[in-house]
Amino acid sequence: MTIPLSYYLLLSGILFVCGVLGFLIKRNIITIFMSIELMLNGVNLSFVAFAAHWHALSGQVFVFFVMVVAAAEAAVGLAIIIAVYRTRETLNVDQVNLLKL
Amino acid sequence: MVHLILFLFFGGICVAGAVNLLMQRHPINSALSLVVVMASLAGEYLLLGAEFVAAIQVIVYAGAIMVLFIFTIMLLNAGEEERTGKSRVAMMLGIPGVAIGGVLVAWVLLRHSSTSDVSMFALPGVPHDIAQLLFHDFLLPFEVTSVLVLIAIMGAVVLASKPESIAPTHAEPAQKKEEVLELVGAGKERR
Repeated sequence: MTIPLSYYLLLSGILFVCGVLGFLIKRNIITIFMSIELMLNGVNLSFVAFAAHWHALSGQVFVFFVMVVAAAEAAVGLAIIIAVYRTRETLNVDQVNLLKL
Repeated sequence: MVHLILFLFFGGICVAGAVNLLMQRHPINSALSLVVVMASLAGEYLLLGAEFVAAIQVIVYAGAIMVLFIFTIMLLNAGEEERTGKSRVAMMLGIPGVAIGGVLVAWVLLRHSSTSDVSMFALPGVPHDIAQLLFHDFLLPFEVTSVLVLIAIMGAVVLASKPESIAPTHAEPAQKKEEVLELVGAGKERR
């Protein structure tokens, strides 16, 4: 009933790479945000896998911290997106090229 | 054997959802495939024995955060994204670079695969043990993250509210006062 730890790490790496790819190729700012969430999920999987491997529960506690930070980041980021949309009327990152609102 | 089959099942759904997130052009489709990825990741956590993390993953990630995303997509009425500016240099360098990097990482990981195995339900993460850690060893980070969440709430409220409500213009103070008086009067009459 055992499988190599590297399978979990490979899956985590695939998810992370998908997130990076989405961050680079997507043009919608909300989809870019979702790619960041995908990267965080990939890292969470490797945390849990290593926690099971080393029999240390602190890995799972760190997943909670990552989730809290992700939730805070999502709330602030989506608020920023709404503020940008209000002034620019677009969600395309190519057209949002000024930091000034 | 059961472990491997379940791992491949959830992992396959996970990767398919992640690839679908990249392929879809409408943000709402991407959001729904991200929900699929998160739900199947919860299955992977269950396989590793992290039951509480799996529950939190479904409730917080697939529930709360994704609802926030979908709410924003619907609020802004986001349509299909247009594909702009395909860089040829990025295609020429990026795809071989990603392929080489991926093969290298996979090779290194699989070469050491015989030395480290993970059994099914290897480390049962029951809430009692996690709470012991969280409120004893990690008490200071826990409090710091609570401050972080508080700041995030205030930031979200300030950013998402309309500019007029943050800095009220003093153009028509009299009219506003009348409106307030009317509202107060209406409240009194209702009582």
